[in-house]
Amino acid sequence: MAPSSHGTGIAKLLLALALGLAFGKFLLPEGLIRPPDWLVLPFADWINAAFYFLQNDLGLMTLTRAFSDVVEWLLDVTANLLYGKSRWPNIGPIPWIVIAITAFMAGYALKGWRLAALAGGTFVWIALMGQWKWAMETLSVIVVATPFSVMLGLGMGVLAWRSPRFERVLNPILNIAQSLPHFAYMIPVVVFIGVGPKAGAIVTIIFSVPPMIRMTLLGLKKVPEEVIEAGKMAGSSRWQLLSRVRIPTARSEILIGVNQVIMQCLAMVVLASFIGMPGLGQKLLQLLQALKIGLSVEIGVTIVLLAVTLDRLSKAWALRLPEHGEPSARWLHRNRLLVIWLALCAAGFVLAHFVPYLHEVERKQALSVAGPIDAAMDQVIRLIAPVTAWLRWFLITWVLIPMRDAYLWLPFTAVLALLAAVGWAMGGLRSALVCVVYFGLIALSGWWDRAMITVYMVSISVVIAAVFGLPLGIWAARIPARAARILLICDTAQTFPSFIYLIPVIMLFGVNDVAVVAAVVVFAAVPIVRYTIEGLCNVPPELIEAAEMSGATRQQTLWHVRLPMALPTMLVGANQSVMFSLFMVIIAAFIGTQDLGQEMQRALSSTDVGKGLVLGFAVAFMGLMTDHLITRWSEDRKRALGV
Amino acid sequence: MKSARTMLASAAALALFAPVAWAEDSSDPIIIPLHNWSSQIVMSHVVGDVLASMGNSVEYVTTDSQAVYESVRLGDVSLELEVWEGAFGASFDAAVAKGGIHAAGAHTAVTREDWWYPMWTKEACPGLPDWKALNDCAALFKTPETGDKGRFLGGPVDWLKHDAEKVDALGMNFVVVNAGSAAAIWAELGAAEKTKTPIVVFNWTPNFAEAVWPGEFVEFPKWEAGCNTDPAVGLHADKIYDCGNPATGYLKIAAWDGMKDKWPAAYATLSKVSLTNAQIAEMAKLVDIDGMEPEDAAKAWMDANPDVWKAWLG
Repeated sequence: MAPSSHGTGIAKLLLALALGLAFGKFLLPEGLIRPPDWLVLPFADWINAAFYFLQNDLGLMTLTRAFSDVVEWLLDVTANLLYGKSRWPNIGPIPWIVIAITAFMAGYALKGWRLAALAGGTFVWIALMGQWKWAMETLSVIVVATPFSVMLGLGMGVLAWRSPRFERVLNPILNIAQSLPHFAYMIPVVVFIGVGPKAGAIVTIIFSVPPMIRMTLLGLKKVPEEVIEAGKMAGSSRWQLLSRVRIPTARSEILIGVNQVIMQCLAMVVLASFIGMPGLGQKLLQLLQALKIGLSVEIGVTIVLLAVTLDRLSKAWALRLPEHGEPSARWLHRNRLLVIWLALCAAGFVLAHFVPYLHEVERKQALSVAGPIDAAMDQVIRLIAPVTAWLRWFLITWVLIPMRDAYLWLPFTAVLALLAAVGWAMGGLRSALVCVVYFGLIALSGWWDRAMITVYMVSISVVIAAVFGLPLGIWAARIPARAARILLICDTAQTFPSFIYLIPVIMLFGVNDVAVVAAVVVFAAVPIVRYTIEGLCNVPPELIEAAEMSGATRQQTLWHVRLPMALPTMLVGANQSVMFSLFMVIIAAFIGTQDLGQEMQRALSSTDVGKGLVLGFAVAFMGLMTDHLITRWSEDRKRALGV
Repeated sequence: MKSARTMLASAAALALFAPVAWAEDSSDPIIIPLHNWSSQIVMSHVVGDVLASMGNSVEYVTTDSQAVYESVRLGDVSLELEVWEGAFGASFDAAVAKGGIHAAGAHTAVTREDWWYPMWTKEACPGLPDWKALNDCAALFKTPETGDKGRFLGGPVDWLKHDAEKVDALGMNFVVVNAGSAAAIWAELGAAEKTKTPIVVFNWTPNFAEAVWPGEFVEFPKWEAGCNTDPAVGLHADKIYDCGNPATGYLKIAAWDGMKDKWPAAYATLSKVSLTNAQIAEMAKLVDIDGMEPEDAAKAWMDANPDVWKAWLG
């Protein structure tokens, strides 16, 4: 339903109502300013009761514990192979040189020398920096979690494709799951599984499965009818049709799903250590706790390198088309790389046996760049301390405190009316209802004030991120090489563990909202920059040429052709920016906030499932509402542009 | 490294020849929880190494320091070596009330948690450590967000420290700002050190921070039992929390109720474990100042203090 003049009329009416409620606040009864007590529903108690029932009366606990035992057995095997935990099969640890060779060969086989250097180099870096054991602890969980997520995602994706009813049920669940903050997942996992590597693996699986389901479904739906016909004509059964025809045809979507799973797994490395996942994340938190920034940065670099390596490897695998070697070729010729790999590995094992350094680099022998990093950090802080002191004063006194007070001052009815007005203007009655229901539920949960503080921090962060991110994106999009460089920086900033950002911002701004906003802005800016670049670079060149031919200056082309054309893509960036900010604001509770995140942290430490989920849903609803509005707007823009 | 290993071997031999007065320990691993501060990690490794030297299999798992009591109660982890009265007393007591966990012993060390300042603060406010002097210097600690009042950086809200009540009860010219994590407090201290800005924060002992930033606790009116519940107790007759925190809190060792039967020998050793403030501070120093890995620090500490841990075996 496109907004008609009638629609905008109602939107204006709702806006007037919102303004009336806000400015007439002194006339309003208490119950219209904040939800009255009788309206606040005990959602948390209901959820807790449901969980208690599942856990004790329904015996779900035995089921989850049985599942986690399987996961634990697998974890023990990988833990033995990778870092020598004393478990079956008791043959590990594999020397680091062998794993580095394997990574190198995998890179070469998939894409050639450059990927080989990246993959091999990553593992050499890990070994030489003395982080081998931690990195292997992390990887031992990831190599178990990834196949589980992939199989689970594939299975659910196929089910959803087979049964439209299942898809209808699954879709909203996936939407919520992808906008729930990480901590909200963890509390039920602690209740059902306990703590330790298996809990870390399971929370990672849960977190990384949704994109796999979506990509599988997308891929299966895109399989052309002709291919299926061909399969049927060849006389395949239904199972053969699925396993031999449909899934191979949907290969590239499914492999992109695998890639997403790997990235999500790495994103959980640090957070999952809150419930006992060992390895890099756990070490990182310990080091930050002792204020060792240089060493933490080293670990951050390792996580980024691992992410980039696994991302490139899995993408190369996804893009590589299946090769069909000539059947007549000799075995040795066809499996040349396999043979070289086996030979090198054997050499590696032998070498490592005689040179312990190639087997394991001890912490004492490790290289470190922590000293220079700490010194540089120290210099930077001394240098810009006067500027940040002023900035802190300015932002707190003139921007943040007034804004926060304003958000908290607004009656909740005025906020709901305002959202209804925005919703109506974007998408008519349905959107207005969506907005009111989402925020209405937050009001009913009794966390209104804290939710408003979260909204305030997210909105100011996204605005600041846009102020910096948009010009940066426009500037970068002018030259392709520059765009590639900036995109690389975006990738790095995004995969770098968010916890490391928290310490420098506290050192610069102190424990207050400025530090929180500064940390969130980094994450909020990344998607804005990325999608601005992508949007501008993908404007059809004919359009730009046409504009230039009709004598438009560069400024005019930018403002009247390129930006309007890029807007739908840029809106996707804005959408992601809000999502990332919501997640980061929750994590910024570790700086010190008074919002939903702080309560979430408390719920985690007291393993209060109900409270954690209610808070998680509140955050998810904010994300889903923004998503709905921006998608609506973006569709309108696309329709207007005729693309 | 090598000497530690021979010592462990001899300890194992000792344990083998010791009169077998108890049933044999289970071969299942004893799970020891690790948290995110160094003294606890090193101490856990020391005790873990001692238990391993007795022939037990030992494993470590990282957990949240509040949630761990629930895990001990359920037997998911077997013990907890640092139960701080101030920080974890409430969680521990709650778990004890539910059943499944008990105090297996206590350290000689005492714990203290209260308002604290690094030495450069004292130069700016010479009357310290008296709390009235601190209050007179409140203007030194003011920030944009606290207006005219001084800023006290407290620990996370879920540590339940009642600092705001204390400020109110003692009529202090301060505002309590809660950090979200201990790391946030250290980051602020580290930044304040570079510019020698006066700062007063929540801190505790034994703690690595004492070695990095020398400092002192603020002396509030002395803690008396009931000061937190009975208005009559303390400085003012009509206020609660009108006193400092206890200066000598306990540091207990908790164990899963099932541990006694499953690993009787290990349990007997655990109940003898006891460390002093100086020994705990030494463990933290090996990691936080000397930059050792916790596992290596545990070995180094055992090499340097054989009498201490051997006494637990007997």
